[in-house]
Amino acid sequence: MIYFDNAATTAVCEEAVAAVNKGLQNFGNPSSLHRLGLDAELIVSGARETIADALGADPSEVYFTSGATESSNTAVFGAYKAHSKRKNKVIISSVEHPATANAALALEEAGCEVVRIAPREDGRFYAGDFIDAADENTFLVSVMMVNNETGYVLPVSEIFSGIKKKDRTILTHCDCVQGFMKLPVKVKKLGADMISLSGHKIHAPKGVGALYLKKGVHLPSLVYGGGQESGFRSGTESVPLIAGFGAAVEKLSPTVNERYKKVSALRDCLVSKCREKGYTVNSTEDASPYVVSIAIKGLRSEVLLHYLEKKQIYVSSGSACSKGKKSSVLAQFGCAAVSDFTLRISFCSDNTAEEIDTLINEIANAENELAKVR
Amino acid sequence: MKEIILCKYGEIALKGLNKSSFESMMVKSIKYRLKSLGDFEIYRSQSTLYVEPLDEDIDVDEVSDRLSKVFGIVKLCRCCVLEKEMSVILEKGCDYLAEQLDSARTFKVEAKRSDKRFELKSPQICAEMGGAVLDRFPHLKVDVHDPDVTVVVEIREQNAYVHAGQTDGAGGLPVGSSGKAMLLLSGGIDSPVAGYMIARRGARVSAIHFEAPPYTSDRARMKVEKLAKIISAYCGEIDFYCVPFTKIQELLRDNCPEEFFTIIMRRLMMEIAQRICEREGIQALITGESLGQVASQTMYAMVCTDAVCRMPVFRPCVGLDKSEIVEIARKIDTFDTSILPYEDCCTVFTPKHPRTKPKLAEVEKAQQSFDFEPYIRQAVEETSVQYIKTY
Repeated sequence: MIYFDNAATTAVCEEAVAAVNKGLQNFGNPSSLHRLGLDAELIVSGARETIADALGADPSEVYFTSGATESSNTAVFGAYKAHSKRKNKVIISSVEHPATANAALALEEAGCEVVRIAPREDGRFYAGDFIDAADENTFLVSVMMVNNETGYVLPVSEIFSGIKKKDRTILTHCDCVQGFMKLPVKVKKLGADMISLSGHKIHAPKGVGALYLKKGVHLPSLVYGGGQESGFRSGTESVPLIAGFGAAVEKLSPTVNERYKKVSALRDCLVSKCREKGYTVNSTEDASPYVVSIAIKGLRSEVLLHYLEKKQIYVSSGSACSKGKKSSVLAQFGCAAVSDFTLRISFCSDNTAEEIDTLINEIANAENELAKVR
Repeated sequence: MKEIILCKYGEIALKGLNKSSFESMMVKSIKYRLKSLGDFEIYRSQSTLYVEPLDEDIDVDEVSDRLSKVFGIVKLCRCCVLEKEMSVILEKGCDYLAEQLDSARTFKVEAKRSDKRFELKSPQICAEMGGAVLDRFPHLKVDVHDPDVTVVVEIREQNAYVHAGQTDGAGGLPVGSSGKAMLLLSGGIDSPVAGYMIARRGARVSAIHFEAPPYTSDRARMKVEKLAKIISAYCGEIDFYCVPFTKIQELLRDNCPEEFFTIIMRRLMMEIAQRICEREGIQALITGESLGQVASQTMYAMVCTDAVCRMPVFRPCVGLDKSEIVEIARKIDTFDTSILPYEDCCTVFTPKHPRTKPKLAEVEKAQQSFDFEPYIRQAVEETSVQYIKTY
């Protein structure tokens, strides 16, 4: 099996599996006063410290959630709840993941003004466009770090520092799902008040994520109950999944740069082979090497995807979240003409150059065998 | 309080000497559907089937939901069974309908007295029942034209029944009473509706689907299986045939003029479906075509596809607008599944400019340029079958 769909989800690493098992065996409730409860609490706090370390944050700033979608929703609706009495404007990029984009859409329906900053004609985002759009009415700027369909890296720290210079009270949120553990992510450098993270994109299990919330930023809770997670996100902690998340970060954190280099070499290999074959590469050269968007003119994405699946090669058309729904993100990046023919190849450091050769060969076979769109 | 469901049938009642065979088919399909819910006694009298749960725990809501999908039943009526004694009818009848009467503002009473020996006549029953309801629920007002609740008292042979009116049944004729037909099921909105409509007229429906991996995905096939499952709540068990169609589509693309792709493809599909029908003793085909909806559904195109058919092709949607088809699809709950966005078998091979007025001679000539026969045989041989059912 060749798995090139790591932006959709990743294989759970052995360390995470072991940690999940330990978390299942230690079945105590972290809120219980007895020893079993304490053991469970220690598992959770250990994972929290690991993730905080990786971000360059304090453990008290990391809150566990059910995943990045909940984290982003908490950030957007929490910011709204905290500021809606005085301000009503939100600024986001036009290529956000639906977790942010649709949360913003819901605010728009509730009466907020949502400004969506698009790339300029050259397909690039400019920090100035975000900063110029911010005014005294703005309460939130939310920008993703790495786009999930093309790998494009947005100038987040430049945007956020400009915003903060203009008005310190504007909250900044960054969806780092496709950046965390792949590119260096440090809260200070990013200048974000809030960061959304996901477990299953970094070899941890599905169903766990985190929200970084900068000390001093007060968001009202959206989930009321027993007061877990410092009262911010009630509900008994999912100890096993949190343990798995922590273990994956512990494993990956020391090797971010090393893996980046390795995956960059894979990306360069794929891109040069695509160029040789005359395939279109939608991703820019400075994009994250973990996501490469390519297009094979005439071969419909879904058809090619299923062809490759029969050969045990797994890729994605656009992003996996929308199961066949057409992507508007490619159009935003000026790739509308090829969006029907686009494949997303997304790597992890376990992929190899040989796998890329196999992929390219099978695409060439598909070109010979499959009916093309005229 | 003992509850019972009365199932009233419409046109079966007019079937003369064949009536009892229709009735027994209906009883059979009712038994089949209720099997998993517990034990029932089912008996018939005066053009009505009585479905009586024999166990206190039986979920009567689920029973009436399932019965509402049985073809042949025109009206359903959930009622309490009472002794034929007026004082009991008045008291227990009010108890039984208390929840509905509490939240209503107006009501009226109707009485049906098929047991003419009963001491009170219908108007007297109405008057007494009306009085009892007003005593018990003083907030209510009588409205004989547009009441919120109609309290119905039926005095029948064995018992008295009280209920708050009838609901619509699925109508039509019992499944199996009109022969067997094969539905060409694509995954779109129209074909499940077509299958439902013909099953409603008493046909036992099988379904055939053409899949073309990798042009179509496993999810697309699972979607079609799900559609078959949804309509099987009405049609009963469905034999679901899945035909591997990739090779034929590719040969078609390589050997026939583009403008005739779809029309020849449909002729080949009809041919394959017919051969399976002939093998399985199925007498007709069903398609979801609606006149003029797309290029392959013009009258000219239908002439060309029907030219290969040796059995009747039923097209119950032929005279319906899309909006009317959608309305039925929503009613039978196939719509939300039909609109899931998976690649369907036709789209990749759809010609840019299909002929809307193909001539049969031209189409036949184009098709003869390649010998499809061995591939048709192969497709028929490799067709898989599974049994799909809801209950």
